[in-house]
Amino acid sequence: MAAEAADDPPETIPLTGPVTLASMAETRKRLGEGPDSAVIDLSGVTALDTAGAWLVARRQRASAGTDQSTGYTGASPAQTLLLQTVGAAISRVQPDAAPHRPRKSAVDLLVMLGKAVSGIAGGLCNALGFLGLVVARLARTAAHPSRLRVTALVHHMHQAGLNAVPIVALMGFLIGIVLAFQGAAQLRQFGAEVFVVDLIAISILRELGILLTAIIVAGRSASAFTASIGAMKMREEIDAMRVLGLDPIELLVLPRVLALLILLPVLGFIANMAGLLGGGLMAWTQLGISPGMFRTQLLANTDVSHLLIGLSKAPVFALIIGLVGCHQGLQVAGNSESLGSRTSRSVVMAIFLVIVVDALFSVFFSVWGI
Amino acid sequence: MMTDLPVLSVRNLTTRFGAVVVHDGLNLDVMRGEVLGVVGGSGTGKSVLLRTIVGLKRPVAGQITALGTDVLNADPASLQAVQNRWGVMFQDGALFSSLSVRENVEAPMRERLGIDAPTRTALADLRIAMVGLPPAAGALFPAELSGGMRKRAGLARALALDPEILFLDEPTAGLDPIGASEFDTLLVALQEALGLTVFLVTHDLDTLHATCDRIAVLAAGKVLAVGTMAEMMRVDDPWVHAYFHGPRAHAAQPAGGAA
Repeated sequence: MAAEAADDPPETIPLTGPVTLASMAETRKRLGEGPDSAVIDLSGVTALDTAGAWLVARRQRASAGTDQSTGYTGASPAQTLLLQTVGAAISRVQPDAAPHRPRKSAVDLLVMLGKAVSGIAGGLCNALGFLGLVVARLARTAAHPSRLRVTALVHHMHQAGLNAVPIVALMGFLIGIVLAFQGAAQLRQFGAEVFVVDLIAISILRELGILLTAIIVAGRSASAFTASIGAMKMREEIDAMRVLGLDPIELLVLPRVLALLILLPVLGFIANMAGLLGGGLMAWTQLGISPGMFRTQLLANTDVSHLLIGLSKAPVFALIIGLVGCHQGLQVAGNSESLGSRTSRSVVMAIFLVIVVDALFSVFFSVWGI
Repeated sequence: MMTDLPVLSVRNLTTRFGAVVVHDGLNLDVMRGEVLGVVGGSGTGKSVLLRTIVGLKRPVAGQITALGTDVLNADPASLQAVQNRWGVMFQDGALFSSLSVRENVEAPMRERLGIDAPTRTALADLRIAMVGLPPAAGALFPAELSGGMRKRAGLARALALDPEILFLDEPTAGLDPIGASEFDTLLVALQEALGLTVFLVTHDLDTLHATCDRIAVLAAGKVLAVGTMAEMMRVDDPWVHAYFHGPRAHAAQPAGGAA
């Protein structure tokens, strides 16, 4: 074969003009024209970039299997260097480095289901472990109150509590208005408008005030906790604390959880009062129930136990929101995508758990007849 | 390879952060095909200069001409055209954390060029191999890479569009001496093969010795001195003298090098 090639001058493929990324399609076509043994003539090439060199070098490698003498001629020193560099790099690229995506079979689906279920179970155990850890630290702090980070606690009470007052109050006020409006439309049919007071008072004090407050706080604070702790985790601040012998649970988690434990009942109470105010205002303007009549009806028919039952749920909700927010934050991995997904998961999970626990409370209270 | 044509020239550049003046009438030329090392004490605005040239920070006054375009007053289309002709590598690679290394290298090609997916992937794999990463690295995510691999991946992404000018911000910072010297060798080989002009911000004297054609020293908001390593050794300024004659400088000098 070699002798034959020596007799016959090998065919050449002249390349001209720029051989670059922009002219790739054309170069590819030109290179496909000649036989495998053809020599590529680069003397007319005005510009050669990595993509162009890749095409030439790849073709040279393909034909190198038949005859070592095939290749290119007329390359300038700079072009030769580029072709050598690219050629050396091509030999390091694995022929099938591109990822293979095998088709999913039924067994794979079953495996995915199993992994998801075990992941959920693992997550639950993990969360339970975190609850235990926080409770243990809380107990230790109760035994040694000097360990409590008062500055951080006050800061978080300000952020998660005080700053939430306007939105929580507005929300309560609007819920009161809506309830009065909707309730009155139904009760008027029976001429029982005055019972709108009972409707507003019991539904807000017992259920809606604290539930909606918890949902708003979950949206505001659980996400903030996850994002701030998660960012610290990404910048290795948490690791730095551990190395310094500082306990991240004590420094980061306890102040946040305690701030919510202290202030969520207060926020709930504010929402309750704003709700009664909104409902009373609506009853006065639309139904002609004067503030005096509203007060009398409220005192006569609504026991204070409704308020206490409502507020008794607040610490539980606060614990859920604080724990979920901090726990998700501590699970953030090294990339920004995980911070985003943990933050959204923290809000969804906090709201979901608050509603589930509220439902459990309802069942509990009705079974005990409270 | 080096010619006397400036591909990048900075004139009377003034930048400020609030009341703090970082550059005060700075002038600098980068010639085609050279490797220019920019050095200076911490806080003298080396990285700020790089960020200003590539358009991440707006200067208060001055003119920056890159590849014949006045980048500060260019319309978006011609600015984009210039941006396609330079590549930037940030200090820790600045890889997109949600994309694999291969997708990171493909990203500029995907956004800027209309080429088909298999070619794009093949070219990305080629760049990954050219910067000396193992083929398996293409499928990894930035969080799974070591610091040196992240820098190489960042370099691969900076080279994705076949740039004419390459901006490097502390490419060897945080690498072990072997990794750093490998990076220097790689940089010189790629610079020669691709005919790159390199703007290199560094603290690393070994990198300066190994790679740079010229060195610019920043101080007090200006370029204090520009020249080859041999010229730098003769500069009288106390800071420059301390920098190039200090204990670390003697260790970095190649045997029989500039004296």
